[in-house]
Amino acid sequence: MLDRRDFVRQLLIDRGDLLVVSGLGSATYDVAAAGDHPLNFYLWGAMGGTAMIGLGLALARPQKRVAVLTGDGDMLMGLGSLATIGVKQPNNLAIVVLDNAHYGETGMQPSHTFSGIDLVAVALACRFRDARAASRIEETADIRALLHAGDGPILVNARISQDDVPRVLPLRDGHAIKQRFIEALSS
Amino acid sequence: MHTLANIETSWPDAIYAHFRRVGVRQVGYVPDAGHSRLIALCQADPNIADVVLTTEEEGVGLVAGAALGGQRAALLMQSSGVGNCINMFSLLRNCGFGCVILVTMRGEFGEFNPWQVPMGTITEEVLRLAGFLSYRIESADEVDDIVGAGCDMAFDGNLQVAILLSQRLIGPKQWTR
Repeated sequence: MLDRRDFVRQLLIDRGDLLVVSGLGSATYDVAAAGDHPLNFYLWGAMGGTAMIGLGLALARPQKRVAVLTGDGDMLMGLGSLATIGVKQPNNLAIVVLDNAHYGETGMQPSHTFSGIDLVAVALACRFRDARAASRIEETADIRALLHAGDGPILVNARISQDDVPRVLPLRDGHAIKQRFIEALSS
Repeated sequence: MHTLANIETSWPDAIYAHFRRVGVRQVGYVPDAGHSRLIALCQADPNIADVVLTTEEEGVGLVAGAALGGQRAALLMQSSGVGNCINMFSLLRNCGFGCVILVTMRGEFGEFNPWQVPMGTITEEVLRLAGFLSYRIESADEVDDIVGAGCDMAFDGNLQVAILLSQRLIGPKQWTR
């Protein structure tokens, strides 16, 4: 099992111009904890929509790399978006699911992945070029390389521990998060 | 200036002409008979990424992602699809993402299927509650004007605009089998 904060921090080291979209709840806190960055689009809602924001961004910016970091609950709610991404085959899009098999924001109720629902198998069935599970911190360098140069679409199901970690709260004003991102990307 | 003079084509062509004029680069849709010609026009355009969705709410995320990347995206859906989007619409309003949705209406004029009626009759009200400016088109000669204005408001003003294409305009669904 991975420590979510160590994993995300190592994943985003020397990120360059990687564009990051984070799913509501713990994924957004993890990305913020790794260091605030204008090319982070933090979600605080719109559950189930994170991967599709990644797709729209990846299609709009084919020369940039896009990483979606989100939780298993958000990914399960947007499961159909994996099929939609599979149709479009964006080469520059990677999704990292931070899978603790529970809904952390609402009191740690088990999610579908707790019952063995396999997001890697779903992604492969949806024609992702690369889909794999990770559970050891030693794998992080390879996954980081995948985000920056892998042949997408890519899904990594990162098995993280259920340990509760302190919340790190980034910007919450949607207009400000959007505007900062757009200005950083166009500069 | 948002009207396209001297365009003598069917109403989907008038919508497509405005997509070209304002530089729409992504179009999300769930396959729909009423939108079939417009979808085909978008699919044939190398400057437009056509994104077929499993459910309409995916399109809301697509619009937001496109805008973050500097592109304009439009959505095509049936009135039933509006109901699938409600929570996801909060993304548009919360961040001020401009959006234009072309909604083909079901459950009204000439509808034979009562299952379409509950959502069709609340579509306009739902859109308004979700923060959209809503415009309704009854006849083909209104399409150019209203779609042009709607696109300008969405993309120049970062507003959420819905344009309802009435069932009277589209024609009732034909059942030949």
